[in-house]
Amino acid sequence: MLKIEDLHVSVEGKEVLHDINLHIREGETHVLMGPNGSGKTSLLRSVMGFSGYEITSGSIIFKGIDITNLPLYERARYGMGLMFQRPPTISGLKLGKLLMATSGGEIGEIGRSASQMKMADFLDRDVNAGFSGGEIKRSEVLQLLIQQPDFVMLDEPESGVDLENIALIGHSIARLVEKDRHIIDRHKSGLIITHTGYILDYLDADAGHMLCDGEIKCHGNPREILKVIQEKGYQECIRCQK
Amino acid sequence: MPEIIDDISAEDRKRLELSGIEFDQQKRSGTFVQRDQHIHHSSSKIEGIEMLPLDIAMNKYGWLKDYYWNLVDREKDEYTRFVADREEKEGLRGFVVIARKGSKNIFPLQSCLFMQKAEVQTVHNIIIAEEGAELHLITGCTSSIGREKGTHYGITEIYVGKDALISTTMIHTWGENIDVYPRSAAKVDENGTFLSNYVSLKPVGTVQMYPVADLTGKNSVARFNSVVLAPKGSYLDLGQRALLNGEGSSAELVSRMITSGGTVIARSHIAGISENTKGHIECKGLILEDGIIHSVPEVEGRLKNTELTHEAAVGKIARDEIEYLMARGLDEEEATATIIRGFLDVRIKGLPDSLQKEIDAAIDAAESGF
Repeated sequence: MLKIEDLHVSVEGKEVLHDINLHIREGETHVLMGPNGSGKTSLLRSVMGFSGYEITSGSIIFKGIDITNLPLYERARYGMGLMFQRPPTISGLKLGKLLMATSGGEIGEIGRSASQMKMADFLDRDVNAGFSGGEIKRSEVLQLLIQQPDFVMLDEPESGVDLENIALIGHSIARLVEKDRHIIDRHKSGLIITHTGYILDYLDADAGHMLCDGEIKCHGNPREILKVIQEKGYQECIRCQK
Repeated sequence: MPEIIDDISAEDRKRLELSGIEFDQQKRSGTFVQRDQHIHHSSSKIEGIEMLPLDIAMNKYGWLKDYYWNLVDREKDEYTRFVADREEKEGLRGFVVIARKGSKNIFPLQSCLFMQKAEVQTVHNIIIAEEGAELHLITGCTSSIGREKGTHYGITEIYVGKDALISTTMIHTWGENIDVYPRSAAKVDENGTFLSNYVSLKPVGTVQMYPVADLTGKNSVARFNSVVLAPKGSYLDLGQRALLNGEGSSAELVSRMITSGGTVIARSHIAGISENTKGHIECKGLILEDGIIHSVPEVEGRLKNTELTHEAAVGKIARDEIEYLMARGLDEEEATATIIRGFLDVRIKGLPDSLQKEIDAAIDAAESGF
């Protein structure tokens, strides 16, 4: 599904990601861990194609096609989706109108998905204006349910979410990456940034990666990596790698 | 039913429709049509609400003379003096609406001010809602497409009685050679509400206006909403003023402005003169292409128990907002248009759905021009 090869990325002339290699197959969901400022969000935003992230070398292959130089919206149309950690507020634009614009006008589906995400009352509100942490995440998942990407990247889906909402968001994300399906019927893939690992209570990730100082220091079983971080801190992962 | 106006091109007809004029009058409670200086039509379908040409109304009701040149001073400026002179020389133009005590129109009355050939069009309108009446009016102002230079002067005096409500929605679809100088004022009595909506999304030469609402009555309310676009060559100098003279009176002045090369000056002024008054000004401007948006919000408190606030913001669309929508699959143009449409989306409290839809339709129609 996604193959990142020898990727180097600079922001404002400073290299923030060094020699990243990552391979996520169809039907697989990986998690990305690492300390604050290690480059996790930069990696997701580079893959999605946001401005300000200059790919200086390497390539991103998505569904067999080199998308390294493809514009952001074409990557989205080609099947990539991103759940923002801190999405912008868009004054005046109603969430329902945004969903209409991105869905091509499937009103029935918008209503069903909004109810499912407990967002029906938010369709007539300005996008992200005054939303709580949990509401922002529910709104993000709702937008992805409408978009139905083949490959979805989630930037800390559980941060700022209370206990009541975490189950709803966890189960919905599991459905987005088809973890509710038998492995043979699973075609969607995901890459999830998590600090806490709570999301792993709702879906089994197939692999984990530890990013530190813009480099992937460790690949392995996500629960094992998380356990080491929880018990001994990120330093242990760096030491172990050495 | 005969046409409310005949002998106009399909294109002009479309422009009038875009300004909120309904030719079949199905969803209108009454209609007034003035083409250049000629009055074509004036009628109301609602009992208790009259819509008459000014000269007929003045002859019919002697008391109207107290409402004529009462809120707007005929000596105010060269434009008011011009209208007054012309009235003396050529007779009265414009309309009067009188909504009698307790009357109500569900569908709005419509007034169509159309400049086809005349160099100068003048109108003088008087709108009265008596105690407890609810009156909605939409005014569509249009000039014939591609015509040469022209000027429109409009005097409007609005009287909102006790417990009454008047909403006026004015949609301008002028041409780039037309200059427009409306002079409007409203007086609002106890518990009365005055809603003034202004939409101008098409090219125009100069528009210069500064309507004033004098909230004399206790607990009276005024809300002004403006949604404007200034293309290159357009100069919009728009003001709105609320004088909180009545105890507990309140006002809200909201502007959404876009420039794609033209100039918008948004002047807003609220004066808190009486006890327990409240006012809020909100000006938001979006610069799509280099032009001028100059927001001048003024809040003037004259005693302790008044609460006046304003917020103003002018700038371009934030890159992260555009990219947020692009990440959902919209290209840059679609993302920009979606954000602009949202920016202009002003929900107006107290306005009937049919009028909100007219405003929405005008904005939707302009979307392709951003």
